[in-house]
Amino acid sequence: MRPFDKLTGPAAPLPIANLDTDQLIPKQFLKTVTRKGLAKGLFYDFRFDFDGTPKPDFVLNQPAYQGVNILICGDNFGCGSSREHAPWALLDYGVRCVIAPSFGDIFYNNCFENGLLPIRLPAEEVHALMDEARGGNHRFSVDLEAQTVTSPSGKVFQFDIHPGRKEKLLGGLDSIGETLQQAPAIDSYETARARQTPWLEKAS
Amino acid sequence: MSGKTLYDKIWDAHVVGQDGEETILYIDLHLIHEVTTPQAFAGLRDANRRVRRPDRTLAVADHNVPTEGQGLGVDAVKDEEARLQLQTLGQNVAWAGIEFFPMGDIRNGIVHVVGPEQGRTQPGMTIVCGDSHTSTHGAFGALAHGIGTSEVEHVLATQTLRQRKARNMLVRFVGQPGPGVGPKDYALALIGRIGTAGGTGHVMEYAGEAVEALSMEGRMTLCNLTIEAGAKAGLIAPDQTTYDYLMGRPAAPKGGAWEMALPYWKSFFSDPDAAFDREIEIDVSLLEPQVTWGTSPEDVLPISGVVPDPESFASEDKRAAAHRALDYMGLKAGQPISEAKVDRVFIGSCTNSRIEDLREAAAILKGRTVAAHVSAMVAPGSGLVREQAVEEGLDRIFIEAGFDWREPGCSMCLGMNPDRLAPGERCASTSNRNFEGRQGRGGRTHLMSPAMAAAAAIKGHIADVREFA
Repeated sequence: MRPFDKLTGPAAPLPIANLDTDQLIPKQFLKTVTRKGLAKGLFYDFRFDFDGTPKPDFVLNQPAYQGVNILICGDNFGCGSSREHAPWALLDYGVRCVIAPSFGDIFYNNCFENGLLPIRLPAEEVHALMDEARGGNHRFSVDLEAQTVTSPSGKVFQFDIHPGRKEKLLGGLDSIGETLQQAPAIDSYETARARQTPWLEKAS
Repeated sequence: MSGKTLYDKIWDAHVVGQDGEETILYIDLHLIHEVTTPQAFAGLRDANRRVRRPDRTLAVADHNVPTEGQGLGVDAVKDEEARLQLQTLGQNVAWAGIEFFPMGDIRNGIVHVVGPEQGRTQPGMTIVCGDSHTSTHGAFGALAHGIGTSEVEHVLATQTLRQRKARNMLVRFVGQPGPGVGPKDYALALIGRIGTAGGTGHVMEYAGEAVEALSMEGRMTLCNLTIEAGAKAGLIAPDQTTYDYLMGRPAAPKGGAWEMALPYWKSFFSDPDAAFDREIEIDVSLLEPQVTWGTSPEDVLPISGVVPDPESFASEDKRAAAHRALDYMGLKAGQPISEAKVDRVFIGSCTNSRIEDLREAAAILKGRTVAAHVSAMVAPGSGLVREQAVEEGLDRIFIEAGFDWREPGCSMCLGMNPDRLAPGERCASTSNRNFEGRQGRGGRTHLMSPAMAAAAAIKGHIADVREFA
C-alpha cells in the first residue's frame, strides 16, 4: 500500500448529503476481477450523459477542477454498498483524501486499506472549506503527521484520527502481514473454540 | 458494574488478541460471492498466502447471475464480464477447497437467504461477507456485517478481522401492528426517524414484543435493513422461534451436538442491567404501511402521506438533497404518494425474497391481475425457496396475475444482471435501496413490503394494501 504523509493540491466541493457508493461507482463497473482502471466509472452518472457525453456542469468536468486530489463532501459520504471499488475508483482518478462531516462505516474502513485518507471535520468547518474550494485552482494542504488541513487562505483545521489508523497510513502497512504475526494466538483460539463449539467444526 | 449486552457477549467470545487499539476478532463464518472476491483471491496468490479455513467459508453466485436460463450453465451467460467473474469464482473456490453452490444448483441463491436456509447461520457466531446486507444474519443473534474486499482477503488469510468495538444501541418495537404492517414497515419507519446515518458507529439490538412476535424471516427483513440506518450490525436475541427454525437444517447440529449447542445459544442475550449508549422506542400500533418517496431510504412516508416540501428540511445539505430527489423521482411537493403511477414491480432481494414474502404477495394477488401498463417480476431468494413456492402453487398465482416468474438471484435490486429499470421508469420494489440509478440509470425506486408491492402491481400506482383486506 502506498504510504500517505502529506498532500498538496486542488480540491473540489461536492455538497451532497448521503452520497452513496452506488453514486461513487455504479453497478456496471463492478464486473471486474482487478482493482485497476476504475477511474472511468467514478461518479459516472454525474459526469456523463446517457450517450457518454461529459456533463459540463458537474464540478469534476469543469476546467478549474482538473487534477483535484481532495474532495470536500456532504454528510454520510460513502454510505450504502460495501463495494471497495469506491476507494479504488477515487484513487485511480487521483483523489487521495476525502473530507466530510461523517462517512459510511464500511467505506471509511475501506479507505484505510488503500492509502486513502478520510477526514472527519465538523459540518461548519467542512462548509468553510467548501466555500474556499469554489472557483477551483486553489491549493489545499493535508498533513497527516500534524493532523491538519490548511485552506488556500491559510486557515488551519485540526482533525482527529485513531493513532493506529494514522500509523498504518503513514507506514503503508499490510494488515494481513501484521495479523499473521499473531498466528499462534489464532491457533490457540481455534483449539479452544473447537472444544466449546464442536458442532461448528463439522458444519460442512 | 453494569451487565453485558448481546453484542458485548458475542464480541468477548471471539477476541483472539489485541494489537494496539485494534482487537483481532475471530470469524466463525465467511460468506463469499462473485463480485467482491476476485481481487481478494488474486491478492492471496500474489503474496503466496493460503485460505486458512476453507471449511468456515461458503460461496454462492448471486449478484450478477441472470434470472433466466440458469440451467444452461455459466458458460452460457451472455454478459462477458459477468461470465468471467462467475468463472473466476469457480476457479478460486476450487483452488481453495471452499464449498460452493454454483448457479443452477438448487441450493444456490442470494447469499443472505442461503446462509440461514442451510443452517450455517447460528446464534452467537461472527459472520462476515463482502456485502453490506450481511446484517441480515443478526436475526439469529449472530454478529454479522459487511466488509470490503481487502477485509475479505484478510479473513481468507487469517479467519479474523482487526476491529474496533462499536457502541451499543437498543431499538424497541412495542405494541401490536395493525393490518398490512410488518417488519419492512418497522424498518422503514425507524430509518425515516433516525436517518441513514442514525446508527453510524453503533450495533443495534432490536427488542420488544413486536420483534419477539416476528418469524425468523421477518426478523431477517428487519436486520437486513439495519445497514440502511448506518449501523454496523443489527441483532436479535435468539429464542424458541430461532431454535425451531434451525432444527433439522442441513448444517444445524444434530442429536447430542444439538443438546450441547442449545445452552450455548441461550447464553446470548442482553443482561437486564446492560447499559446502552442510545435507546429508541417505536410503537408499531401507530404505524401505517410505509413507502419511500425519494432517493435515500430515510425518505419515508406513511401510505396516506404526501411528498414533503424540500424547503421544510432543517439543513442546507438536506434541502439540496430533497430538491434533487424530487427532480430525479419526477414528483411534486404536496402530491399524495399514492398517486404515483408505477411502470414496474419487483418482488425479490435479500430483504424480501423468502417463502413468507412470496406468500404475503401471493395472498394479495390471488384471483387478481396486474394492471395493464405494469410489468411485474418476482425473483425468489434461492432455488429452494423457488421449489417450495412451486410446491405451494404460488408460482401459478404469480403467473396467472401477470407476474414474470424468475430464477433466483439479486436481480433488479441492484441491476448487475440484465434485470434493470429503463430511464424514468417507476418501480414498486421490495428491495433495500432507492438510490439514484440503483435499479438502472434514471430508474425511480419506491421501497415497500411485498404486500404493498403486490397492491401497487394490481392498482397500477402506489396503493394502500389495507384496501385489499
